[in-house]
Amino acid sequence: MTDASRPDGAPQDVEGASRSAGASTGDSINQAADPSTDSPSIQLLPDLDPASIPIRIHDMTIAYHRKPVLWDVDLDVPEGQLVGIVGPNGAGKSTMILAIMNLVPKASGWVRIYGKPYEEMRRIVGYVPQRESVDWDFPISALEVVTMGRFGHVGWIRRPSKQDKQLAHEALEKVGMGEYAHRQISQLSGGQQQRVFLARALAQDAKVYLMDEPFAGVDAATERAIIDILMELRAQGKTILVVHHDLQTVTRYFDWLIMLNMRVVASGPTEEVFNDTTLNKTYGGRLTVLSQAAQAVQDYERGRG
Amino acid sequence: MTDAGWIILTGVLAATSCALLGTFLVLRKMSLLGDALSHAVLPGIAIAFFLSDSRAILPMFIGAAAFGLLTTLLVEAFHRRWAVPEDASIGIVFTALFALGVVLISVYAGQVDLDQECVLYGEIAYTPFDTLLWDNQEYGPRPVWILSGVLIFNLLFVGLLYKELTLASFDPGLSLSVGVSATLIHYLLMGAVSITTVASFESVGAILVVAMLIVPGASAYLWSDRLPRILGLAVIFGAVSAVVGYYLAGLWNSSIAGAIVVVLGVIFGVSVLVAPRQGLLAKLLQRGRLSIQVAQDHILLGMVRQVETGADQTWRLRDALGLASVHPWMARQAMRLLRRKGLVALEADATVDLTADGRRQGLQLLRGHRLWETYLNQLGLPQDHVHGPADAVEHYLDQSLRQEIGGLVADVGLDPQGKRIPDDSQNH
Repeated sequence: MTDASRPDGAPQDVEGASRSAGASTGDSINQAADPSTDSPSIQLLPDLDPASIPIRIHDMTIAYHRKPVLWDVDLDVPEGQLVGIVGPNGAGKSTMILAIMNLVPKASGWVRIYGKPYEEMRRIVGYVPQRESVDWDFPISALEVVTMGRFGHVGWIRRPSKQDKQLAHEALEKVGMGEYAHRQISQLSGGQQQRVFLARALAQDAKVYLMDEPFAGVDAATERAIIDILMELRAQGKTILVVHHDLQTVTRYFDWLIMLNMRVVASGPTEEVFNDTTLNKTYGGRLTVLSQAAQAVQDYERGRG
Repeated sequence: MTDAGWIILTGVLAATSCALLGTFLVLRKMSLLGDALSHAVLPGIAIAFFLSDSRAILPMFIGAAAFGLLTTLLVEAFHRRWAVPEDASIGIVFTALFALGVVLISVYAGQVDLDQECVLYGEIAYTPFDTLLWDNQEYGPRPVWILSGVLIFNLLFVGLLYKELTLASFDPGLSLSVGVSATLIHYLLMGAVSITTVASFESVGAILVVAMLIVPGASAYLWSDRLPRILGLAVIFGAVSAVVGYYLAGLWNSSIAGAIVVVLGVIFGVSVLVAPRQGLLAKLLQRGRLSIQVAQDHILLGMVRQVETGADQTWRLRDALGLASVHPWMARQAMRLLRRKGLVALEADATVDLTADGRRQGLQLLRGHRLWETYLNQLGLPQDHVHGPADAVEHYLDQSLRQEIGGLVADVGLDPQGKRIPDDSQNH
């Protein structure tokens, strides 16, 4: 009923406003609103040595079942920053994280980690999936989950060493879960499970962290604990990408912000890119044209198949 | 070794090989796929049989593994590419391949020494007669050799790849990101399952082998929450079922494989009843304990309310037990615990009295109850709606929760009925 009562009405209003503004004050705004040109609100780092850029994405398009979910992403993430990724549901936030690790096929484009393909840089990338993505009834303890963070370093068939277990233990202590080390994971609360995941990332001892909604469904105390640790990681020069939902905390948490809605709407220092215009473009309707186009591509493919 | 010995050994080897891999199927919620594989490998066996014109095991393993992987691949493809629901796609693929196998075997039945009965039901009782001949020497039953090889293979598989198996099963995302392909592990596991089921065919048949794969792991999962222990238990369950099944079959004069699976069923049934973590009995006990705890709270509350009215503080034992408003036996248990904790004292003349500790604890319960009533009332619930919920929740409000609610409700000393809310301080 809502759909029927405002067929693309609200989205077009936003766009209409900026169009008319563009017409009267020059074409800068008009250009910014046009997805085909490089919007000035996406800040790239062309002058830096590629080997010093933790994550560089070039002209990347991702499609699931031929339905595009991310279009033409160009992105540079500067080193040693706490970077937030925000955008509405279905904007492609998780997909982007997976794409950085080469876990989803790319229709085009490439990703480099410190100038090299992901496969060569695996060990310096730590990943925290969404908490709901795993089965928490699985019969293992918190410590065993954290030890999994070492598996990338251990290699096939070999067993984690004493030192690996020691590191896992320290990581658990660090997130305040030391006393729960031998608890079965289903007996932990949601916040505790998220801490275990964070501890596992710490145990990975990475330089670049990719975290998919680490703050989702956690209590206030856990959120504080997590952000403290993220800031500590940043202080150690690590780069952390965090998919985030709570717009209220964006300015407090993140140095750098990527605003996503099937394409990069804005990317840059949070205080420069986080404003009403970019929010409108990210959460407003203009970009539904992209999803309509994606849908059209899929319908066409389905019709042929 | 006696014939009985060989048969039992065959059963134990088949059951333990299956249990080891089956546990991972259960954990990965892929039991149905195991079921499918054990049937879908049939055309692979038949083709291997025709091509090699013998019952040599290697061609059969290759044929089975090939069709096992084909099944896995097709199921994935139908599901992912053509959006057929996963369970439907499993159902379609395995029945179609199984049917193909049945047709192949029946068409060539005249020419080959392979019949449907054997594949479907197996016959473990024939094991001793199927001796391995090599250089005119007899080396014991062929199935025992084959199954021993498979068991060793499975032990190595699970032992060496334990880390990768757990990682890929628990968190495929992380697994992929650190370079352990969850897909590769998946196909390896399915290949191993295919080979194991084929090796077990001759003895237990395609239908009952499913039980050997799934039931031990599913039963063990009820007993423990540690994976190594679950694996160990599953293997033990498998072995026990083979031994007990053999003797029961003798007793009943029935199919041995059938008896083994019946024993597995009984093991599962018993596990459901008495397993410590999720067993029915454990849940009943837990509920009983909770009821007795609630009864204790009610006795304390009833007595402390009386104190509040200023009436005589001494209770006849029978009246005090009545406060619990549960079965008299439960009430007596509750009273016994209260006395042991020193919250209530029993006098010589069969009267009971609150101790100082008992009064303190009772008041805290009362505080929790009335705070909750006040809280609900301030949320907008009318007065006559708040007593029930408070009665239910009072038992779970610990000190910190009481404090939190105390902070939430506006500063009042009285509950909605105008009764005083006891202080947080210890004394009254």
